[in-house]
Amino acid sequence: MEQLTQDFLRTKKLPHIWCPGCGNGIVTAALVRAIERTGFDQKDVVIVSGIGCSSRAAGYLNFNTLHTTHGRALSFATGLKMARPELKLFVIMGDGDCSAIGGNHFIHSARRNIDLNAIIVNNHIYGMTGGQHSPLTPAGKKATTAPRGTLERAFDLLELARGAGATFGARGNAAQPRQLEQLIVRAARHRGFSVVEALSPCPIAYGRRNKLGSAVDMLRDMKERSVSVERAADMDEAELEERTLNGVLYSIEAPEFAEAYYQSIGKDIG
Amino acid sequence: MPEAKPVLMQGNEACAVGAINAGVRFYAGYPITPSTEVAEQMAAMLPEIGGVFIQMEDEIASMAAVIGASIGGMRTLTATSGPGFSLKQENLGYAIMAEIPCVVINVQRMGPSTGVPTAPAQGDVMQARWGTHGDHPIIVFSPASVYESYYLTIAAVNLSQKLRQPVIVLLDEVIGHMREKVLIPEGKLMVEKTSDKQVPHDWKPYDDKGLTPLVPFGFGHYYHVTGLFHDQYGFPTGDPMQVERALDRIHEKLVKYRDEIILTNYIGHKEPRVAIVTYGCTVRSARAVVKKAYWQNRLPVGLLSLQTIWPFPEKEIEALAKQADVIIVPEMNMGQLVGEVERFARGEAKVVPLNRYDGEMINPDQISEEVGRWL
Amino acid sequence: MGNRQEILLTGAGGQGLILASIVLAAAAVDDNKNVVQTQSYGPEARGGASMAGVIIDVDTIEYPKVTKPTVLLCMNQTSFNKYLPKVGPDCLIIADSTFVSGPHSDEYKVQAFPITRSAKDELGREVVANMLALGVINAASGLIDREIFRNSIFKFAPRGSGELNQQAFDLGYRLFEEGSGQNNEASAQTP
Repeated sequence: MEQLTQDFLRTKKLPHIWCPGCGNGIVTAALVRAIERTGFDQKDVVIVSGIGCSSRAAGYLNFNTLHTTHGRALSFATGLKMARPELKLFVIMGDGDCSAIGGNHFIHSARRNIDLNAIIVNNHIYGMTGGQHSPLTPAGKKATTAPRGTLERAFDLLELARGAGATFGARGNAAQPRQLEQLIVRAARHRGFSVVEALSPCPIAYGRRNKLGSAVDMLRDMKERSVSVERAADMDEAELEERTLNGVLYSIEAPEFAEAYYQSIGKDIG
Repeated sequence: MPEAKPVLMQGNEACAVGAINAGVRFYAGYPITPSTEVAEQMAAMLPEIGGVFIQMEDEIASMAAVIGASIGGMRTLTATSGPGFSLKQENLGYAIMAEIPCVVINVQRMGPSTGVPTAPAQGDVMQARWGTHGDHPIIVFSPASVYESYYLTIAAVNLSQKLRQPVIVLLDEVIGHMREKVLIPEGKLMVEKTSDKQVPHDWKPYDDKGLTPLVPFGFGHYYHVTGLFHDQYGFPTGDPMQVERALDRIHEKLVKYRDEIILTNYIGHKEPRVAIVTYGCTVRSARAVVKKAYWQNRLPVGLLSLQTIWPFPEKEIEALAKQADVIIVPEMNMGQLVGEVERFARGEAKVVPLNRYDGEMINPDQISEEVGRWL
Repeated sequence: MGNRQEILLTGAGGQGLILASIVLAAAAVDDNKNVVQTQSYGPEARGGASMAGVIIDVDTIEYPKVTKPTVLLCMNQTSFNKYLPKVGPDCLIIADSTFVSGPHSDEYKVQAFPITRSAKDELGREVVANMLALGVINAASGLIDREIFRNSIFKFAPRGSGELNQQAFDLGYRLFEEGSGQNNEASAQTP
C-alpha cells in the first residue's frame, strides 16, 4: 500500500484510539486518499464529525476539523456550509450517531440537498459505549442492550436518504478500500447531499458477541456478501438474499441548497 | 449621536435590528412563541444584506448551525423560548467549551413544559445560568424595554465576539411583544472589531496566554475544535493539569472583563431604607413605584435594576446591602434570583422575595404595597 | 399622571384591532408622544376574542399594561359585555352598533356608531372598519393631531389602499360629528 499523504495527517496525534481489527483506520485512510484525488485545496477542506469511535478520525486529519456533539454533525456542517459555501465538507458519522440521535438532521440534510459529503461508518453497533444496538444493527443480532437479539428492524440507510431527497448514495466497505476511496471521490464531486455508507468491522463490541469471528473473518464475510450494483442487476431475489449492494446506488441532479440560497439573494458562489 | 428618528418598534424586532446593526449575518432558528418575530424579522432583513437565514428542522439543529456558521467567521444569532431553550442547552455548552461566539435570544414564557406559551414569566433565570451541564461561565442580559432589547443585543454580539463566549439575551414575553417608541440610529453599524491585526504565525486557538481571536475555518490554520477538554491547539486531553487549566481559562476571561459585562442601573434615594432589586419587565413596575415614592414623595426608596443577571452583580448587591435595611426582589417566578441577592447581601440587609407566577406581570401596586410594609 | 391616556381596543379576531392599535401607537410616535402598545396573543388572537392596548403619555411610560382605560372601543357584543364593567365612569366608551346592542346604563358614557356597517355601505369594504373606528376615537378624544394620524395611516396601509384607509378614518370623523348632536345611546337598542 502506498504511503498516505503526510500533509493530511496529524502524525503526532497517532497512534489512534481504535481497537485492533477496527475498520475505522481503513475508512479514514480511504477518505484521505479520496481527498487527495479530488485535488481540493487543503485549506478548503473541513472534516466535521459527531460523537463515537469513527468520529475521532477528525482529530487525526490535518485540515480544519470540527468534532461536534452526538448526532449533530450535519447541523454544524449545514451552518458552516451556508456561511462559507466554498468550503468542501466531509461529515464523518457512526451508524448510531447518524441514524438514531442524528436521524432528523440526516433526513433534513437530504431534503435540502445541501452539498455535504456524509460518510457513515456503519459497524452496526455503538462501539464507544461498549456494544449497544443501533438502528443499523440487523434484526436478531445481539448487543449489550439486546442480549437475546434485537427485535427491531434495521434502517436501509441509503434508501432512507433517497426517500428524503439525497441525490447521491453509495455503499462501500472496509474490505474493499480502493472501491470505497473511489466512491468517496465521486461523492465529493457530486454537487448536493451525498451519502456514502462504509461498512466496517467492529470485532470487539459487535463481532465477538455475535460469533462473527476475527476481524479478518468479518472482512472476508463483508467482501463475500458484497455484490456490485451492476452485477446485482442480473441477479434474482433469491440470489441477492443475504448480499449487500455495493457501489453507487443513485446519483441524480437536483438544485443544491447553498447555491440556490445565494442565487436567490443575488450572489454567485461559483 | 448619529441621527436617530423615533420609531415604533417591538422588543423582538429590536433584538433583530440590534443584531443586524452589530454585524450579525447568520440566523438559524425554529419557530416558537413568543420569540418567532425575531426569526421573521431576520428572514426579511438578512437576504437583503447578503446574509444567511435558515429555518432548521429543530432547536438543536438551530444551535448547531449557528455554531457552525460562527466557525465559518460569521456573527450569528438564534432565538427561542423556554422549551426550545432547553433543547439548545447541549450545544450551548459546546459553544462555551469550544469558545465559539454566538448570541441566543430566549423570550421566556410561562413554564415548566409547554406551560402557557403566551403568558409572561421570568422562570428561565436559573436555566440560563445552569441549563447546560458542567461548570461553565455564562453571560445573560435581561432587557426592560424595547430600547434595551436593541442595545443589549448589540452588546451581546460584541462581547460574545471579544470573549469568544456565548451570550444570552433573556427577554420576557412582555418586553418581547410590546411595542414602544424608540430612538434607533438608522443603518448604523455598531460592530466592535475584535481584532484587525494579522493573525500571528504562532497563533493558537486556545492560547494559554489568554484571549485569542477566532480564526475562521478555511484560512489555512488547521486546528481542531471539540467539546472535549482540549489543549491550547484544540486537541483532546485528559491530563488533569491541562483539564483544570482549560476550565479555569473559560472562567477567567469573564472575571477579567467583569466591568464590561456587568451592567446595572440605580435610581432613587442615596441611602435607601428599602431597595428593590429586579430585572426584565418587572423593572418597569418597580421604576413606577420609585418615581412616585422617591421623586414625588422623597421617601427613602431606591431601585437597582440589573441589565446583566449573570455573572451575578455581586459587588453591586454587597454595596447596596450596606446601605439598605430591606431589599425587595420582585420576580415573575417562585424566587430564582432572590437566592443570589440573599447570598451577596451577606446578612447586611433583610432580603424579601416578592413573587408572582400566575402568568401576569407584577404591577406597581403589588410592589408599592410591599415597599410600604417595610418603610 | 393626568396626561396618561389608556386606550383599549376590543372585539373579535379578524376585525383588525391589533393592526389598529399599532397604527394608533405609530401615530402617537409621529405626534411626538411616548407610547406603548400591547396585545393579547395566542390562539385567542386567531379568532375568538381580540384585545389590544395603547398607552399614550408625555411622560415616560413604565408599567405597560392598560389598567384604567380612558378610551374603550368595543367592536362586538362579547367584548362590550366583558369590558364595560371593568372601566370607570369617566372612560369614553365607543361601541360599534353594527354588533353591539347594549344594554346601557347611565353610569357609563357610551357612544355607539355604526362603524362596520358604514365601512361596508359607504366605502364598500368592511375591512377598513378598524381605521374608521380610529377616526371615531380620535374625533371623540383628540388624542393625536388629525393630519399626523392620517399620514400614519397611509404609511401603514397595504400598498394601493392608503387613500381608502384615510377615507375610512375621515368617515369616522364624520360619523362622530354627525352623531355627536344626537343621543347616540338610542341607536343601540336596549333589549
